[in-house]
Amino acid sequence: MAKRRAEPLVWLLFTSGGLAAALLLPVLLVLFGLVFPAGWVSAPSQAHLLSVARNPLTRIVLLGLCVLALFHWAHRFRYTLYEGLQLKHLSKLIIVGCYGGALVGSALAVYVLLIGL
Amino acid sequence: MNARYTEFHPRWYRPRMPVFWWVGRRSYLIFVLRELSSVFVAWSVVFLLLLVHAVSQGGQQYQQFLNLSRNPWMLALNIVALAFLVFHAITWFTLAPQAMVVRLRGKRVPRSLITGAHYAGWALLSALAAWLILG
Repeated sequence: MAKRRAEPLVWLLFTSGGLAAALLLPVLLVLFGLVFPAGWVSAPSQAHLLSVARNPLTRIVLLGLCVLALFHWAHRFRYTLYEGLQLKHLSKLIIVGCYGGALVGSALAVYVLLIGL
Repeated sequence: MNARYTEFHPRWYRPRMPVFWWVGRRSYLIFVLRELSSVFVAWSVVFLLLLVHAVSQGGQQYQQFLNLSRNPWMLALNIVALAFLVFHAITWFTLAPQAMVVRLRGKRVPRSLITGAHYAGWALLSALAAWLILG
């Protein structure tokens, strides 16, 4: 029964994470994964990025993006394993692995964005 | 759901499905690829955190991150991830009007308007992020 009560919450995290990931991740990956490494545009200096990242608004937006996107992954990947690989019988293990992984990632994001930065 | 609690319990009828049932048909394949995009969403979060961590550690670590991102394997991985991210974004925005039923003065807002608003938001936020990063 506890699981049924949790379902709307994880669904909400899934949809908001899907939206946040769709809106913000492509541009970040285009720049840091392709445009800068390929040398089409020279990468910004560390000092500039540090000042942008240390802005409280950037921290909050990035933290929200990381946490929501991780839970989006957890929820969607859980069902990919259920249906794509027919592992429904390993349900408990998959739930612990997916949402547990998202929790660990969120804790790391809190550390990187709020403590380490 | 345990069927073995009595020996007279009927056997469930469960036709066997091959594990790779989704390979044979295009629409199934696209469905599973769309679901798999979440793996690359998670990867880009990891990549982003590696970047922010490197930036917070100083110039030398940031340079190491830039070198890592230039590694051909990393570049290839990120290009694949990028393709999946764009696929995720497009399918997400296309589905949005089905999940969001917005009514204005009792009339349903047309689907194209909702999808269009998402694309506009995508363009706006991408431009804003690029402007902030490129300074």
